[in-house]
Amino acid sequence: MILARFFADGLDWRAGFVIAVLVALAVAVPLLNLYAPPDSPFHVPTYAVSLTGKYLTYALLALSVDLIWGFCGILSLGHGAFFALGGYAMGMYLMRQIGSRGVYGNPELPDFMVFLNWKELPFTWYGFDMFWFAALMVVLVPGALAFAFGWFAFRSRVTGVYLSIITQAMTYALLLAFFRNNLGFGGNNGLTDFKDILGFNIQADATRGALLAASALALAAAFLICSAVVASKFGRVLVAVRDAESRTRFLGYRVENYKLVVWVLSAALAGIAGALYVPQVGIINPSEFAPANSIEIVVWVAVGGRGTLVGPIVGAVLVNFAKTWFTTGALAPYWLFVLGGLFVAATLFLPRGIVGTLAGLRLRGRHAIPAAAEAPTPNPQAAE
Amino acid sequence: MTELAHDTILYLDGVTVSFDGFKALNALSLVIEPGEMRAIIGPNGAGKTTMMDVVTGKTRPDAGDVYFDGSVDLTRLDEVAIAELGIGRKFQKPTVFDNHTVWNNLDLALATGRGPFHALFGPGNGAEAARVEEILEVIHLSDRRHVRAAYLSHGQKQWLEIGMLLAQEPKLLLVDEPAAGMTDAETEATAALLRRIAREKSVVVVEHDMAFVRALDVKVTVLHEGAVISEGSIDHVSEDPRVIEVYLGR
Repeated sequence: MILARFFADGLDWRAGFVIAVLVALAVAVPLLNLYAPPDSPFHVPTYAVSLTGKYLTYALLALSVDLIWGFCGILSLGHGAFFALGGYAMGMYLMRQIGSRGVYGNPELPDFMVFLNWKELPFTWYGFDMFWFAALMVVLVPGALAFAFGWFAFRSRVTGVYLSIITQAMTYALLLAFFRNNLGFGGNNGLTDFKDILGFNIQADATRGALLAASALALAAAFLICSAVVASKFGRVLVAVRDAESRTRFLGYRVENYKLVVWVLSAALAGIAGALYVPQVGIINPSEFAPANSIEIVVWVAVGGRGTLVGPIVGAVLVNFAKTWFTTGALAPYWLFVLGGLFVAATLFLPRGIVGTLAGLRLRGRHAIPAAAEAPTPNPQAAE
Repeated sequence: MTELAHDTILYLDGVTVSFDGFKALNALSLVIEPGEMRAIIGPNGAGKTTMMDVVTGKTRPDAGDVYFDGSVDLTRLDEVAIAELGIGRKFQKPTVFDNHTVWNNLDLALATGRGPFHALFGPGNGAEAARVEEILEVIHLSDRRHVRAAYLSHGQKQWLEIGMLLAQEPKLLLVDEPAAGMTDAETEATAALLRRIAREKSVVVVEHDMAFVRALDVKVTVLHEGAVISEGSIDHVSEDPRVIEVYLGR
């Protein structure tokens, strides 16, 4: 419904461009990998397919953070948790697909459970041999955690830096929990050695291509949904909450309900990103819950341009490309300094990020009045 | 509930609020009749803003009764529930949504479905265009409808916020220092605007500016140290020795 109205209003050119690029990526990269001869300049090597696919899942994760931070002013420093939970749900499905091909050859139990001398599958693993169930959990588990967390946090009117701190605590608590062997998710080794997904060999070039295409299309769909959400009246209320929360409340809006809805939507998108990430990198372990990971996401969004929807995609791809480039060379030890420097520089010199700044330049030349959602003046975290 | 609250739009009796021992409101009693416009004056710290916080649910009183429309106990409700009942509030510092256009500011304030799912899936912008037009006319911002609120002058922001109150279709408006920082011409226009609104609604105006209060030409309540010290016409209160002492004696 909401998408239908969004399309009826006409796709803005930027959204159309983003969708076109993503669909082109989804088609061209796998084809050039599979059918261009290896000596051709158009050949895309397999490692580049997986790498691009990974960047696209990061972009989806960044998009989910922008939806809440850029448009509703909720700075989450724990979104890595939702991403990791989605990843674990997918990882559990992939573990069950291994079947009797594991080191211990147990058709029912994953290797780490055999190693721990477990006799039967814990109830938390029930159903994960079915893809549809796992796919549902990819959205439901992060969504349910976000709902429970948001219900209490927003009702108690925890805002600003206090909310950011408890999101950090949330992801840290999950990090510690998932490190424990007896939680039943593989302890600090996590889940790995995946073989098949939906019956296809997960290492095969064609499967990797398909996963990249799925990531690109998921990102495109999420981008459309987010664009429609922020263009709706709901989106305008979010911006109102971001800029003047108590004014919004005195107008009669239940601010906590709005925050809860967008927070759960964002967590579900982050979960989907995690689920697409895991088969492409071949492992999920508790380090994905590390608080530093969640902070990194915020850096991608800030660099790309908060509150623009396009910005986080650009930021996630650029920063991660830089990270890959840095950490594979002699400069590897300095990457964290570069990342920190990038955040400081973006905050000082590009407070609206790359996309926000470019959009601002274009508008200044045209004497137009920027639409509310497109060029937000970044408010300092509303210290109410 | 108390019988005395009958036939009033706002009834405060013995309302006390203390912050760390400091009594911001000290057994304040105040009655506003339906359709009445009342000006409330008083020096800084007299408890004017705290009184508004109590009525709008931002602050809970330690003691006392607060009734709206004769029977609704406001001390049990939160801000959103009170706003839905029909009490609108304008803040001292103009608070509008800077990143939204004038039109969208008013559209958001309209008394339509305010739930998140209604906002997501309900009818889009412009469903109640006529009502927004009407308010734009009243607050003299028709030609600035597509301008972002951030680009309005201070006085225009004050009017926009008053317009947002009107869009809420409240029965009672609480207006905190509407003329603060305005030019004389703007102050005059604001007084006219409030008088026009008061034809249909009950209005409580908190103000410092005596010229403005005089222009409103309504019953005045003087607060001091959280309690009412005088009430009556502007001429009556300005001759009251206690008022003179509070305002001039220090």
